[in-house]
Amino acid sequence: MRKKVRFSTDPYDVAIVGSGAGGGMAAKVLSEAGLSVAVLEAGGFFDPAREEYRTQLRWPWESPRRGAGSIRPFGDFDAAWGGWEIEGEPYIRKNGTSFDWFRSRMLGGRTNHWGRISLRFGPKDFKRKSIDGLGDDWPISYDDVNPYYDKVDKLIGVFGTNEGLEDDPDGYFLPPPKPRLHELYIKKGAERIGVPVIPSRLSVLTKRVNNERGVCFYCNQCYRACNAYADFSSGTCLVQPAMKRGNVELYTNAMVSRVTTDASGLANGLVYINKLDMQEYSIKARAVVLGASACETARLLLNSKSSHHPNGLANGSGVVGRYLHDSTGADRMAILPSLIDRERYNEDGVGGMHVYTPWWLDNKELDFPRGYHLEYWGGMRMPRYGIGMGMDTMRQHIVDEFGNPSPNGGYGASLKKDIKSLYGSTVGISGRGECIARYDNYCEIDPNTVDKYGIPVLRFNYTWSEHELKQAKHMHETFEEILTSMGGILLGEKPGEDTDYGLHAPGRIIHEVGTTRMGNDPSTSVLNKYSQAHECKNLFVVDAGQFVSQADKNPTWTIMALSWRTSDYIVDQMKKGNI
Amino acid sequence: MDRREHLKLLLAGGAGAGLLFASGCSTEDQQISRDIIAQHGFNYGRTAAETRRDASLMAETFFTESEFEVVQILSDIIIPADEESGGALEAEVPDFIEFMMKDMPEMQLVTRGGIMWLNSQCNSMFGRSFTECSDEQQLEIIEKIAWPDNAAPDMQYGVRFFNRMRDLTVTGFFTSQIGVSYLDYRGNRPGFWNGVPQEVLDRHNLQYDEKTLNESIKEDDRNNIADWA
Repeated sequence: MRKKVRFSTDPYDVAIVGSGAGGGMAAKVLSEAGLSVAVLEAGGFFDPAREEYRTQLRWPWESPRRGAGSIRPFGDFDAAWGGWEIEGEPYIRKNGTSFDWFRSRMLGGRTNHWGRISLRFGPKDFKRKSIDGLGDDWPISYDDVNPYYDKVDKLIGVFGTNEGLEDDPDGYFLPPPKPRLHELYIKKGAERIGVPVIPSRLSVLTKRVNNERGVCFYCNQCYRACNAYADFSSGTCLVQPAMKRGNVELYTNAMVSRVTTDASGLANGLVYINKLDMQEYSIKARAVVLGASACETARLLLNSKSSHHPNGLANGSGVVGRYLHDSTGADRMAILPSLIDRERYNEDGVGGMHVYTPWWLDNKELDFPRGYHLEYWGGMRMPRYGIGMGMDTMRQHIVDEFGNPSPNGGYGASLKKDIKSLYGSTVGISGRGECIARYDNYCEIDPNTVDKYGIPVLRFNYTWSEHELKQAKHMHETFEEILTSMGGILLGEKPGEDTDYGLHAPGRIIHEVGTTRMGNDPSTSVLNKYSQAHECKNLFVVDAGQFVSQADKNPTWTIMALSWRTSDYIVDQMKKGNI
Repeated sequence: MDRREHLKLLLAGGAGAGLLFASGCSTEDQQISRDIIAQHGFNYGRTAAETRRDASLMAETFFTESEFEVVQILSDIIIPADEESGGALEAEVPDFIEFMMKDMPEMQLVTRGGIMWLNSQCNSMFGRSFTECSDEQQLEIIEKIAWPDNAAPDMQYGVRFFNRMRDLTVTGFFTSQIGVSYLDYRGNRPGFWNGVPQEVLDRHNLQYDEKTLNESIKEDDRNNIADWA
């Protein structure tokens, strides 16, 4: 196949793969330091401020499927271009195990639709092996990352409160929004049984952080991406501003197939397929930064074999793709009779919960390691596909003045009235916890399959261990205690051992991390403590592949803090002439 | 016949558009897809592939005329117009159900089969198909399948079918302009969230504690740039 070079034959200082949280932050920091940067994004250009991309503030009837998830997994108005299955980009599951791999092919990647839950890891989260003997400690500590968390807080903006919690550290928070009605019920019910409930920590601008981005106007639709840039997306907050300042060239629809290396084994560029003409191109760079997402980055390294790197680039240890782990996740719902026939008012609020519960228990008194946090949902949200369904079981919860329940099912004016009465009366809890990183959970290259671009695809092997199963069992006990304590009537059944205690399949929480982990020992890790490949000094990873353990926190804030730290290191090393 | 003419025919007639659109990626095809979607009144931030898919679904017809008539009658029975608002027919719920059949093809067999089952029951009971039955006869059969907890064992097929039709009808209604207005949803507009109204808090015997009131965002502070010093 012909090889062409676009833009320029001069090498870039740095070529970055991926425009999500990690790649976007690297593009910003490196370009501001004066380096010339190329950002290669496998998907198309996206800007929620442009009318042609806007789904925000649209009504359900503006979608022919009324917002159903038949095309976009989180609904028709969700901002993610992609999902767990993408046409022409398959992946394989091995040994009868399951792993579902979510990809967003667009500028900003998965930061366009994420929940904006922005949690710092705590001091213990970097040293878990020292505490419970499982997994490994990080080669860095909270003190190494803390200054970068501070910078991310101030640059990007996150609301929350300083609570002085040891493992959910204080930061630079914007003022939080007040709790909604159901959240006050949750707080009261949970605190009655000793479960703390504090303001959530979301990267939504309740207050301005600069003159370029707007302030939240409370439409509850962060998942649709904000046309005022009042929530964090990498495209709107990092990549586009960096492009405006200069030094950054963005390649969209550029599906990178491998990292190229020179005779000495150093990285010297990338090969990619331009999706628009399906031709192969290459670009040159003095350093390569991978922010393609944990699994895509592992795939790239494994597909970049050379005589110097016969096992895949930077994979002499055989650890690339290993220690893959996603958050655990389980959920439960209840109906709150005191919220039936509610007064109407606009309670959209920000795009997510206004309160949450950080992990609050001591593992010494429990039969599982690590923890989970609780996310809460409910309220009078904008109707979409699914509203009013299930009246064949739900209608009985409407009780008349004589205490007689409505019959399930039915039709006609009384059915319509009952649905109106039930609106906004359900609440739910989601537990999101830490899975122990294990060597035996991995992705590798499938020997038989290529995607539509001719690139060999990933094959996954992933199982939950007894640690995660026991944790999920505990989650469900907690759900029932809180929901009951707040006066709720539980819906559905508590899942048992036969259904893995309701654990979602691995990959469903979309917090996959660990495939190119950092460490001090090159035989058991891919990267050093600066996220620099042990075996290729001008190759860096800035996505969640570098995580040693994921904590019971959402990974985005740590991805950005580490990417900033790594980018500072790259600038320093280039200045010193080391790379 | 050129491609554009062919598409116009498809638009008018229906079948086969899926095949044609599967390969259509040209600028012209894109424009035609957008036109079809616009013609149906939709324009809401779609990718090129989504535009093609939606257009191809809209150019197809799933229900036969007599099936569609059953869907219309059932929708009207499930959410009739009343003194408070228009019903499922005014909200164009049958068109929504037609679209969902193509959007979620796994519903096609069970829905088509359910309509056949309903007609067969009507034939046994009244000697005519559902649409030919009188209003009273239609309600007589619906009564047998509308109440899942009390339905006879041999009516379970009908119960499942009617559960699905109820689900689709109510969700179509409550996501329509008429339904959202009846539901009295007040959001989806720019504003400021200043907490639960006091009279609502009072009714629920709840209040914001001092800490919450102090730390929460104030409306007059939201446009100030955060000062970290």
